[in-house]
Order: sequence, then structure tokens, then C-alpha cells
Amino acid sequence: MEAWYRLVDTLVPFGWAQYIFMKNALLAVLVITPVYAVLGTMVVSNRMAFFTDVLGHSAFAGIAIGVLCGIYDPTWPMIVMAVVLAVLINVLKGLTRASMDTTLGVFLAFMVALGITLLSRQGGFVKYTKYLIGDILAVSPAEISWLAVLFLAVLVYWCLAGNALILTSVNRSLARSRRIKVFLLETSFTILLAVVVMLSIRLVGVLIINSLLVLPAAASRNFARDTRAYTLWAVIFSVVSGAAGLVMSYYWGTASGATIVLFSVGCYLVSVVAAHVKKRECQHGTP
Amino acid sequence: MLSPDDTNRTDASDEARCRHCCIRIDGLTVHLSGHVILKGVNLHVHCGEVLAIVGPNGAGKTTLLRAILGEVPYRGNMSSLIGGVERRRPRIGYVPQKLQFDLDSPLSVVDLVVAATSPRPVWMGVSRKAFERAKTILGVFSADNLAGRRIGELSGGELQRVLLAIAMTAKPELLLLDEPASGVDVQGLALFYQLVRDLKRRHDISVILVTHDLPGIAPYVDRLVLLNRSIVAAGDPQEVLSDELLMRTFGPCLWHAAVSPACPSGGEI
Repeated sequence: MEAWYRLVDTLVPFGWAQYIFMKNALLAVLVITPVYAVLGTMVVSNRMAFFTDVLGHSAFAGIAIGVLCGIYDPTWPMIVMAVVLAVLINVLKGLTRASMDTTLGVFLAFMVALGITLLSRQGGFVKYTKYLIGDILAVSPAEISWLAVLFLAVLVYWCLAGNALILTSVNRSLARSRRIKVFLLETSFTILLAVVVMLSIRLVGVLIINSLLVLPAAASRNFARDTRAYTLWAVIFSVVSGAAGLVMSYYWGTASGATIVLFSVGCYLVSVVAAHVKKRECQHGTP
Repeated sequence: MLSPDDTNRTDASDEARCRHCCIRIDGLTVHLSGHVILKGVNLHVHCGEVLAIVGPNGAGKTTLLRAILGEVPYRGNMSSLIGGVERRRPRIGYVPQKLQFDLDSPLSVVDLVVAATSPRPVWMGVSRKAFERAKTILGVFSADNLAGRRIGELSGGELQRVLLAIAMTAKPELLLLDEPASGVDVQGLALFYQLVRDLKRRHDISVILVTHDLPGIAPYVDRLVLLNRSIVAAGDPQEVLSDELLMRTFGPCLWHAAVSPACPSGGEI
């Protein structure tokens, strides 16, 4: 951590960079935003945005169950809850070939209602509102090292399973015919998503975690013409809007997570315009 | 010649030819969520044979392919004899009916080929060497000019050729084609069928293709199987097509399968 602090001191001569909490938050942002981007590419390709939203909201139920069991740090109950939910939904998806939309909606309602009901006993919900918007400025070096482990895990997973995920996303039978264990693959991917989302709840909150997953990939998709560009641009959008949002939230005195999302939306709009301009150029026959 | 048991019979000449690859299905029955999808299907696919399975919607054609792929549980026996060695399942190349992607999907043809045929992660980019290799794979089916395109930009016929090229990289002993005719124009179809025909000649592999396109497919296949939950008829395509009673019963729903609901004992699945 000391090395990182010195690096920031040398490179960034601005007022915000003198605070330890800003340095920590910046490091956390730089480590976690590429993870969002990479996982997000597959979430968007597979139309899983609603699924990750349900995962995020299951944090309420996780926290509540943690409180009931008398666990002080809700991280583990949240992760366990989300992983169980992810596997359950994946199994259900295998049983029915119909759309999961309604089922997911029921899960979303159940998770949120269960969490809020339990947490609001004796009017105590107010002290949990911090999980709604998160607080990345409170991130500790220990949490950052967890995020770094996650970063490496996702990197390794993506190297090993990236191709298989692409093939499975276009056709499951085709993937099976190439000896891919489709159920295992999809389950492991959803578990990874569950862990990433849950570790992010304290940083950015239940309400916007999904936007951070979906927006960079959605923006990149507007003009990327192959998988590499898709991934690369998603990572660039994610990291740039993460860093910009964090810094501006310092000057504006706003919640970091939400400010980051605003910058992501900005990237998305720019990409829509850029894609439109490019398309018109192509149509007019300019090379 | 047109009795359902015809496929049970394995005459001596067949056995003699059948050195390289054959798959044998005996009494295949599939139940899915309480419905009988396939009942007592007997099928013997010889080496180097192109076999078309034709039937109305809901006849269980795709389910039969999925059973052969090992994706749905079934009762009955399936065995394959390849080069004189008996195995449970041959090496299968599979060409799906369609891919699931949005039209704006950033997946390129090369990405798809490399993702299917190489362990090197596509998201890191495709090296020049891998690109050339993919072009060679695609070139066999005159699809190398499609390499740089996104899959959302391909026509139905072009996508089928790309998928066929990918399926062939598995060096399959049995090639399964699911509804190659859907979404492909007439010209593209003739080209596609011709490619399949050439494949069989060059590689001596067996091909099972499931289709609605009865008149179109007939000139290109060795044997035609009419399927409706079980095998209704099987034999030489011309003979099956000239069987008047059969065509009166099945003709309308085969030719207009997509729109005709009224087919004997066929139902929605």
C-alpha cells in the first residue's frame, strides 16, 4: 500500500489525492472496474441484466439473515445467499425452456421484501440504508486485497473459460458437441458473478451495482466489431468512468457510486453518437 | 420397400460397406415432461450415407438429434461401429439450426471459429496465425471471405456454411445438421446441399440432416426417413416421394409444415 500511496503522491498533484481514503478508493476503483467490464460483456451478450439485478437485490436478504444469525460482518451471509440463489436460478433455467423473466421477478420481489421485513423490525432499517448506495471512500486495504484476489480469479477464469462462454452463449447444443460442460460452465459463471456483486455492495450499493456491470459493455457494443474490441472498450469505459466519477464525487461532494454511473451513462451516450456517425460515413461510401 | 421395419433390416451388403462408420439406434424412446416425443425409433445409418429425416412440426426430429448428441435422456440402444470398433457414440459434428445472438453482437466470424477450435482466449485478440488458420477452415466451404464480418451481418446461408466449417474441424464421423434450410434462400440451399454431398464423397462420413425442405433435399440424399414420433417410412427418396398414399397423408404438412397444423398424430411440443 505504501508504494501505491507514494506513486499517487508523485503522479497526481491535485488536492483530492492527498487523502489516504481517496488513494484507497482510487485503487479499489482501478482494480474492480475492469472486473465489472469483463463480466459485463458476457452479462449483456447473454441478456442476463435482470439476473444480475436480482443477485444485487438479494443482498437485502443476505444482510437480514446475517443479522438474524448474529453475524456482525454481513459480507459472508450475503455471498452465501447470492451463490445459493445463483445456483438455484441456474438449475431452474435448466428445467424449463421458457423465459425466466417472471420467475426472476418473483425472486427479486421475495429477496427485497424478505430483507426489508426482517431488517425493519422495530424501525431499524435506517441503519442499513448505507447498503443502498454504498461507500467506496470507506474501503479498507484489507478489502482492496480481496478485490485484487477477485481480479486475478476473474482474469484466470476468463483465460480458461472465455471461449467456452462465447460458444455456449450462441448455442448450448453446439457447445456441448464441442465437449463443453455447459451446466458446470454456466453455474461457475453465475457463482463468480454472485461473489463479485456481493463484494461490491459495500462499495457502490444495491441500487447501482447493476449499472456498473451493464453500461460499459453496452457502450462498447455500440461500435465494437470483434470480441477483443468489445472487451477492450468495455474495460476502458469502465475504468475511465470509474476514476472520473470518483474524483468528481470528491469535488461535488456526492455519492461516488452514483457519480461513477453518471459518467458511465455519459460514455454510453457518446458511443451511441459515435456509432451513428460511423454508420452514416459507411453509408456515404467514405472509406 | 416402404415399411417402417425397413430400417431394422441390415442386409449383408450394408454390413460389408459399413466398415468406416455407422450408427445404430434401436428402440429409441424419449419422454419429455410427461409427453412421448419419440417412440421405438429404429435407425441404422451407414457409412458415407446422407440421410434426411423429414416430418411435420412436433414430430420429434430435433429431439432425435438431441438424443444422438446425448442431450436428452432416452430409453433404447444406441451404438456406433467405427473402423470395426464398437463405441457408444461416434465423434459428432453438429450444425445447429440457429445461433442465439443479437444483431448488434460484436462477435466476428473469426472469433467464433477460433473460440470453437482453439484454447487461446478470443477476447485477447486473434493472432495473424490464428486468423489464417480460421480462414483455411472457412475456405473449405468457400466462406473465407466472411472471416472479418460480424455474425449478425451474415445471411442464413453464409452462417450455415460457417457453422458447417466449424463442425468439420471436429473431424466428425457423424455429421448432424438441424434444419439447414431454415432462413436460407433457394440458391444458398442448393450450394449448401452440394457442399454436404461433396463432404460425404471426400471424407466418407455419415450425415443425418433434419429438414422441412422435402422436395429440395431429395436429389441430394441417399435415404429419406419420414418421422412422426416413430418412423413412418424410409427408403430411396424417389420411392418415398412417389408413394401416393404417403404423400397424400404427409405431403401437405411436409410442404407447408410451418403453417399447417393438421398432421396425423403430430402435435406441438
